[in-house]
Amino acid sequence: MVGLEHYLAVAAALFVIGIFGLFLNRKNVIILLMSIELMLLAVNINLVAFSSFLGDLVGQVFTLFVLTVAAAEASIGLAILVSFFRNRGTIAVEDVNVMKG
Amino acid sequence: MSSVDIQTVLPELALAIYAMVALLAAVYTGKDALAKPITWITGAVMVAIALMVAGGDGNTASFNGMFLDDAYARFAKVAILLSAATVLVMGEATMSRRGLLRFEYPILVALGTVGMMMMVSAGDLMALYMGLELQSLSLYVVASLNRDSVKSTEAGLKYFVLGALSSGLLLYGASLTYGYAGTTLFSGIIEAANDGHVGLGLLVGLVFVTAGLAFKVSAVPFHMWTPDVYEGAPTPVTAFFATAPKLAAMALFGRVMFDAFGGAIGDWQQIIALLAVLSMFLGAIAAIGQTNIKRLMAYSSIAHMGFALMGLAAGTEYGVQAMLLYMAVYLTMNIGTFAFIMSMERDGRPVADIAALNQFAVNDKLRGLAMLVLLFSLAGVPPMLGFFAKYGVLIAAVQSGLTWLAVAGVVASVIGAFYYLRIVYFMYFGEEGEGLELNMSPAAWVALVGSAAIVVLGVVNFFGIETAAAAAAEALVK
Repeated sequence: MVGLEHYLAVAAALFVIGIFGLFLNRKNVIILLMSIELMLLAVNINLVAFSSFLGDLVGQVFTLFVLTVAAAEASIGLAILVSFFRNRGTIAVEDVNVMKG
Repeated sequence: MSSVDIQTVLPELALAIYAMVALLAAVYTGKDALAKPITWITGAVMVAIALMVAGGDGNTASFNGMFLDDAYARFAKVAILLSAATVLVMGEATMSRRGLLRFEYPILVALGTVGMMMMVSAGDLMALYMGLELQSLSLYVVASLNRDSVKSTEAGLKYFVLGALSSGLLLYGASLTYGYAGTTLFSGIIEAANDGHVGLGLLVGLVFVTAGLAFKVSAVPFHMWTPDVYEGAPTPVTAFFATAPKLAAMALFGRVMFDAFGGAIGDWQQIIALLAVLSMFLGAIAAIGQTNIKRLMAYSSIAHMGFALMGLAAGTEYGVQAMLLYMAVYLTMNIGTFAFIMSMERDGRPVADIAALNQFAVNDKLRGLAMLVLLFSLAGVPPMLGFFAKYGVLIAAVQSGLTWLAVAGVVASVIGAFYYLRIVYFMYFGEEGEGLELNMSPAAWVALVGSAAIVVLGVVNFFGIETAAAAAAEALVK
């Protein structure tokens, strides 16, 4: 029987993979965008699982909002990335270093 | 959805519709020639809406409690609208001189302001998230407004990646909160924590939400983006980042902590106290070595957020009042300081080097004096307004038994005074340098001298905002 905790465990694992992808990846900014997307999708699994467990629709409504915002977020991220690439000629994470901080 | 609901969101609706109409008008005429009038009209619309919000009263929860209109939200909204309008108008000349005044700028600021207004009125995790994202997405774009500059686009990229991470953390916390409280409404979540503590699942949710919000207010250890974004973004945009979004995020912080988790103050008090003490010390110490005044202001704002969080950590009505007052004073001081910083030029090019200020006040008495007043106030030197704001949060911390936090705050503010006074030293007694031109528009001049005057004259009675802040705190902490 697949219960709530299984879904939560999967979501937690995906979320952690997303966070590690953000911090350990040294290669490419596109991978950062994928990691962010992974985190948001992990949250969606959480919300849908809770929604079904509680018998409450609000979680699924929340999921739809999150999906919409994630799409907007990805498009803005890619737009910023394109203008960064035009200036710098690279999208390697280690080259995002004009300012030190 | 009834007409009462629509009436409650009328200010947000008006600003959002205005932004879309302005966008259409600008796109149809297809020229950036409209950018200047749109900037001024946006400022005027914001002031008009601020007056409309200030005239409201009562305590309404519309959309089934998802959207709250109380004194707390109104206080924050008026401050957000007025500061956003001031920053837009005072930065207009600088932006157009640098060739950055595109019509998207005022429109994005207006949309970001709608997001901030939603944030402070949120009564539900969904409303909170939508407001926060509307604000953040607008800010990511304005950070990289100078799309031909490596620094500006890099600032935008860094802000985007870290901002998205923080939204993810906040959202994960929101999903756990929803799961363990069974509802996304703040009024429902608070019932799940009615015996003074939250359950384990809800506690994890609380921690994640706190981490996400701490990112937005740039509290240590989630502050990494602040100096880079402040340095990279065009200076008028930096001025915007340092003012309205900070107040909105701090007001949202208070909203979530009291409205949703107000039954478990003991659970979040230590977290916020820790954030506060780390922010104050890092902000004070890391700013000492900075030579770029925009980076210095970034660390300064981190330290100031630490002080504002101290008011929140007190967990009392007086603490919230002190926090709101602190943020209002912080906005005033930062608007004036940035009006100065954005006008710093040499041979028509922007400078941000602190050494450029050498001997500035010797040649330019009035503006040098205004800057001196503002820096003293930022440092918290009596008798400026900044001192009384700090005094308020320190008293609030002591009253609720956080004496160690108040002592740490005093120590941090003494350390922090060093770098503000160093700028004053450069301005009056520095070595003869290459000099500095202050290319100021009348609007920026008014902002600089006006905020310096407010900081001095406000000590009489805070211009009455103390009563407004008290009413706001009373509405939040029931």
